[in-house]
Amino acid sequence: MDYWFSELHTNNVKMSIRVEKQLFTGESDFQRIDVFESEEFGRFVTSDGSVIFSEKDEFTYDEMIVHVPMAVHPHVKKVLVIGGGDGGVARELSHYDEIESIDVVEPDELFVQVCKEFFPDNAKGLEDERVNIFYRDGLRFLRRKENEYDLIINDSTNPFGHTAGLFTKEFYGSCFKALKEDGIMVYQHGSPFFDEDEEACTAMHRRAFRCFPISRVYQAHIPTCPSGYWLFGFASKKYHPLHDLDAARWKARGLQTWYYTTNLHTGAFMLPKYVEDLLEEAEERRRLPAEGRVLNASFDEIE
Amino acid sequence: MNIEKQKSAPVYEALERFRRQRVVPFDVPGHKRGRGNPELVQLLGEKCVGIDVNSMKPLDNLCHPVSVILEAEQLAADAFGASHAFFMVGGTTSSVQTMILTACKAGDKIILPRNVHKSVINALVLCGAEPVYVNPDVDSHIGIALGMEISQVERVIKENPDAVAIFVNNPTYYGICSDLRSIVKLAHDHGMLALVDEAHGTHLYFHEALPVSAMEAGADMAAVSMHKSGGSLTQSSLLLLGKSMNMRYVEQIINLTQTTSASYLLLSSLDISRRNLALRGRESFEKVSRMAEYAREEINSIGGFYAYGKDLVNGSSIYNYDVTKLSVYTRDIGLTGIEVYDLLRDEYDIQIEFGDIGNILAYISIGDRIQDIERLVGALEDIKRLYSRDKSTMHNAEYISPIVAITPQKAFYSEKEMIPIRETAGRICGEFVMCYPPGIPILAPGEMITAELVEYILYAKEKGCSMQGPEDPDLEKLNVLKGV
Repeated sequence: MDYWFSELHTNNVKMSIRVEKQLFTGESDFQRIDVFESEEFGRFVTSDGSVIFSEKDEFTYDEMIVHVPMAVHPHVKKVLVIGGGDGGVARELSHYDEIESIDVVEPDELFVQVCKEFFPDNAKGLEDERVNIFYRDGLRFLRRKENEYDLIINDSTNPFGHTAGLFTKEFYGSCFKALKEDGIMVYQHGSPFFDEDEEACTAMHRRAFRCFPISRVYQAHIPTCPSGYWLFGFASKKYHPLHDLDAARWKARGLQTWYYTTNLHTGAFMLPKYVEDLLEEAEERRRLPAEGRVLNASFDEIE
Repeated sequence: MNIEKQKSAPVYEALERFRRQRVVPFDVPGHKRGRGNPELVQLLGEKCVGIDVNSMKPLDNLCHPVSVILEAEQLAADAFGASHAFFMVGGTTSSVQTMILTACKAGDKIILPRNVHKSVINALVLCGAEPVYVNPDVDSHIGIALGMEISQVERVIKENPDAVAIFVNNPTYYGICSDLRSIVKLAHDHGMLALVDEAHGTHLYFHEALPVSAMEAGADMAAVSMHKSGGSLTQSSLLLLGKSMNMRYVEQIINLTQTTSASYLLLSSLDISRRNLALRGRESFEKVSRMAEYAREEINSIGGFYAYGKDLVNGSSIYNYDVTKLSVYTRDIGLTGIEVYDLLRDEYDIQIEFGDIGNILAYISIGDRIQDIERLVGALEDIKRLYSRDKSTMHNAEYISPIVAITPQKAFYSEKEMIPIRETAGRICGEFVMCYPPGIPILAPGEMITAELVEYILYAKEKGCSMQGPEDPDLEKLNVLKGV
């Protein structure tokens, strides 16, 4: 039997994964969720037909979205994770002893249940006693938060589906407000390769760039996402992702990783020319900055 | 309403039968199911262009329906509690104009509030009837015109016993409802017709907790924008008749101006939407009301914004409030509604229905989801954080009562001259001036221009309202009546 899962990455490009069996299908108020078992990627979960993560490549997301800010910010105590109902991000965060609380805000309770059942390795991150799960809309949760978090991680991946509200100016504005004066926000920045995704990608950077004094983009290789190439956003009120990287401190922690290293940390911010161009284009649309704001229109050279 | 019958959709079903017959077209439209215009097919899809067909025997004819269109209209009448319903394809403007042209002849008086849609005054230009305005009460805080007060209507009827009809817009764009039952009774007691512009009230027919609908209140005619809260395609509308009306006469009036090539896209959308409303309307509007109420609570908790609702109800000029509407007063954060409207679109990718001097209106419908409401609320909060400013410099936007000098028709056809807008005070206006949306005239043909009005128009223009009506697109000059 030939049984394939396919996802359109554009109208003309399709990614297919041969599956052994379908383990789950269900529909919540927000999305249709399916779980498959496959030879190549192990188990993977999809939302409305798009892969959210697979056992084989989830470590890339989770490590890159957690360790990058954690190696920069010197004292993270309070973290907010938006989306992230699978627990992978919380799991990575739980390795850091100085963190006092991890609020996970996930609107879709079904998604959490499904992950607990089929991805227990990820979901165990939610069992850490510092984790509090809120089944709520991210924007709504943020509305009442001010000067509260050291780190906000937006783990939602789809700027067009039910999480569209988490890729908007109002979202970045709410995050800015919810962060302390030296807070950092990291977020899924999508894939810049296909024409169709390009606009969403530049719009995202434009919004973050206008909202935060420091806003940079870094990259990773993730096979199940469109073109296999994925970006993350790093928006920060004070700390610079490269200048404030404390590699020695991070290495001394002795954390085990499969993707992240402090060398890769620096390299991940060195972007291909076409991505630089795309981001610069987004930045130029900005009005002149108010005096005293940190400008970062130029990209870093390796010193 | 007969629920079993409401499950059918005669126009839609006839189109399906017709499609399966694969009839070879040697008639209009010339695109021939799209084959002659591939780009159009690319844009709209084969299904859509495939039902863009001409009137013919199996599909009936809107000019004089005898089969499937008539059946669909009768089902709509049943669903809305009317004695007959006309499918209209010229927008609710055509429904409104039909009501006026049916009720009035040249020289007849019609009683109406001044905050009507421009289509009403346009109809008066066409037929030559004379408007008698009931001055609406104005909420001095939020600066919008309210409903018709019974005591005011009584006074105007007493002064104009020869008027032939009373025209009510209910609910208003902002959701304000008048005491419709009493107005209808007053009209009928004095031998006048009761006409209701229900452009913003399709949903009133499908939920018992919402304000009373025109047909239920006993009105003689009502114009219902199915494409607004009813879910049909833009430009489709319904004209409902009460039992006193002569359907054949109304049909004649409709045919004075109606196209003879009515679009089956519009007709089938009316048919399907009616079915949907009849079968699932209650449930949908329950959800819409809940979403709007939730949005109101959240917006009011931000502080600075005032999302008004049933709390406004005062028993007379605000007899009731349509809770599906989401109107927000913005001036307490130092921004006009139009400024917030622009910010929402330009900075937050959120398109709302309109912004005026003091308010914004977000249209909530059966197509909305709670996560979109969260975006709107989040954006308003962010706007307050980033853009709010001192409100003391704000212009006070009061409703200004018009002074009718001559009838709209006479003014429209009089000889006119264009003069700079700042020099127009004291002259009689020869054209419309309005912000669009909402499309309610600030000045209509035949009205006296005052210094106060000029000030208001210039302020609205400066704040970025889209000004429509005048011949001079920059509104530097206005057409006024010559020699008057």
